[in-house]
Amino acid sequence: MTTLTRRGFLKATGGIAAVGTIGMSFPQLALGGNKNVVVIGGGAAGAVAAKHIKLADSGINVTLIEANDHYYTCFMSNEVIGGDRDISTIRHGYEGLANHGIQVVHSKATGVDTDARTVTTEGGDSFPYDRLVVSPGIDLKWDAIEGYDMAAAEAMPHAWKAGPQTALLRSQLEAMEDGGTFIICPPGNPFRCPPGPYERVCQVAHYFKENKPNSKILVLDAKDKFSKMGLFTQGWERRYDGMIEWVSGTDTAEGIAEVNTADMTVTTEFGDTHEGAVINVIPPQSAGQIAQAAGLTDDSGWCPVHLDTFESKLVPGVHVIGDASIATGLPKSGYAANSEGKVCAAAVVAMLADEEPGTPSYVNTCYSLIAPDYGISVAAVYRLAEDKSKVAKVAGGLTPSDASDEMLAREVQYAYSWYNNIVADMFA
Amino acid sequence: MHSRFISLALLASALVLPPALHADEHGGGAPIASIEMLTGACVACHGPAGASVGPAIPSLAGLPAVYFIGAMLSYKHGQDLDAAEAEAASDPELEDVEIFARHGTIMDRLASGYTLAEIKAMAHYFADKSIALATQEFDAELASKGEALHSDNCEKCHEEGGRSTVDDMVPLAGQWKHYLHYSLADFHGGARGMPKKMKSRLEEVMETEGEDGLAALINYYASQQ
Repeated sequence: MTTLTRRGFLKATGGIAAVGTIGMSFPQLALGGNKNVVVIGGGAAGAVAAKHIKLADSGINVTLIEANDHYYTCFMSNEVIGGDRDISTIRHGYEGLANHGIQVVHSKATGVDTDARTVTTEGGDSFPYDRLVVSPGIDLKWDAIEGYDMAAAEAMPHAWKAGPQTALLRSQLEAMEDGGTFIICPPGNPFRCPPGPYERVCQVAHYFKENKPNSKILVLDAKDKFSKMGLFTQGWERRYDGMIEWVSGTDTAEGIAEVNTADMTVTTEFGDTHEGAVINVIPPQSAGQIAQAAGLTDDSGWCPVHLDTFESKLVPGVHVIGDASIATGLPKSGYAANSEGKVCAAAVVAMLADEEPGTPSYVNTCYSLIAPDYGISVAAVYRLAEDKSKVAKVAGGLTPSDASDEMLAREVQYAYSWYNNIVADMFA
Repeated sequence: MHSRFISLALLASALVLPPALHADEHGGGAPIASIEMLTGACVACHGPAGASVGPAIPSLAGLPAVYFIGAMLSYKHGQDLDAAEAEAASDPELEDVEIFARHGTIMDRLASGYTLAEIKAMAHYFADKSIALATQEFDAELASKGEALHSDNCEKCHEEGGRSTVDDMVPLAGQWKHYLHYSLADFHGGARGMPKKMKSRLEEVMETEGEDGLAALINYYASQQ
């Protein structure tokens, strides 16, 4: 027979006081019945927001409108491109969300009437909302690079929305003969997943090293600096020395001006033309189309929001989360999208109950895989700045540049765990 | 339903406890975030409700609060164990918290983002969950050997085959193999500190069984599902 444990003692003596008072604003206790929330987009932010709104108050009717039957995560899609992962492992369905009582509608949202507060879909259906959450992800700017349109993307994949484009780039790399050049063209800021192009370089280099060792990688960057730059370049030198050439934004004159799919060439703004056996063009981006149609974007093409609630600064009653939002201080990463989804969900539930939204807390953790036994990461905790102008980092940092091989190997296993858990958080 | 129950319990405690605690270090006087908000930051890596789906990030569900708080304070203050102990000592409720050296990958970058009040709130949230027993592969022969080793060396403190959390003992059963492996490697290699009793038992296992002994223990804990 055990007596009072220390854990029990803590609780009994008010160790819980720290959390006790916040119960006053717990949205679960609000009477939220018959309120309608519509979420457009079931990705890293939207799926989480839908789920957490429903979990917080099952009385809210939550409808998720998502065009695709399945979601392919962008995270870990570089491992598919490198060949170490099967694409089926990044494909996820919406059954779990439906099981939580969320109405999942597989259709494309085509319009938002922000006065009548309804969303219309391609199928002609109309969904009323008390609050709308828009999580549309990105659109690619097809007019930004001469010659790079949707047809060109079949010859030179962007693979910046995971799915068929991921599989296409993988198949091109597999078909490439040893000795060829893979060209990748990362865009200028801001864009989805800042470390993504450079992790992709690593994964392709890993594939070449094992299978096509005479091949080269040419990175034609629009920028002079990039995410985790020191760690990536260190990894390139350690593992893929001599294989990768990175051309800075200064030397390309800020990226790619033109592509020619017949010749398989790209021409930089500076005027240099390069021929590649496989070419990956990652064009400039903006908020997803429905955000533009709903009047949620500003001149930048992205969506200004109040950072404590993610409610649009342009359209009341509508929240924008994920890559489409201007979440000043947070990166356009999958984990930041997850964090935004939770902050937004709590705010939506509180606002529907006519309560003040609680204090937000934000986090980001982002892994990049340099090799099967070599992972790096950046992680941070953030708080809303007092003037609410930005999300301010209060802790965080990168993998130390002198991390041991053992710790770099652990980061790979932690990256896989990160992936499995964030997917469970979204879809289970 | 479980989380609703907890929040109701928290509300009940709110009714008899003093008004809003304020985040002292970072929050600029703002009330601390709700428990869902705070632990939302944890669970996208550590699994829904702290039950990790693996293969390496450990489950937090069921960890005793004093263990969780000790770990977080150790991460928060990095190599400065005195500072971690001082922060624990600043709160009379935390006299049972023990600080040992730890080397994380990212937790030692994140933990300093949280105040002691927030860390305590997180700790109680996860302590109130049942321990998570991971579904994972294991070697039955090694597990059987590990059971005997556990019984001889570990059971006295880690009761019930490592499932017990009595007296704030950290549960070992059902934890992810990778994490158990990293932890034992760090204990053995000196990167992670431990109580004297445990150190002598671990040395005993290493002397008599070597690395195989650790593998046996890991497989035994992994076999409990």
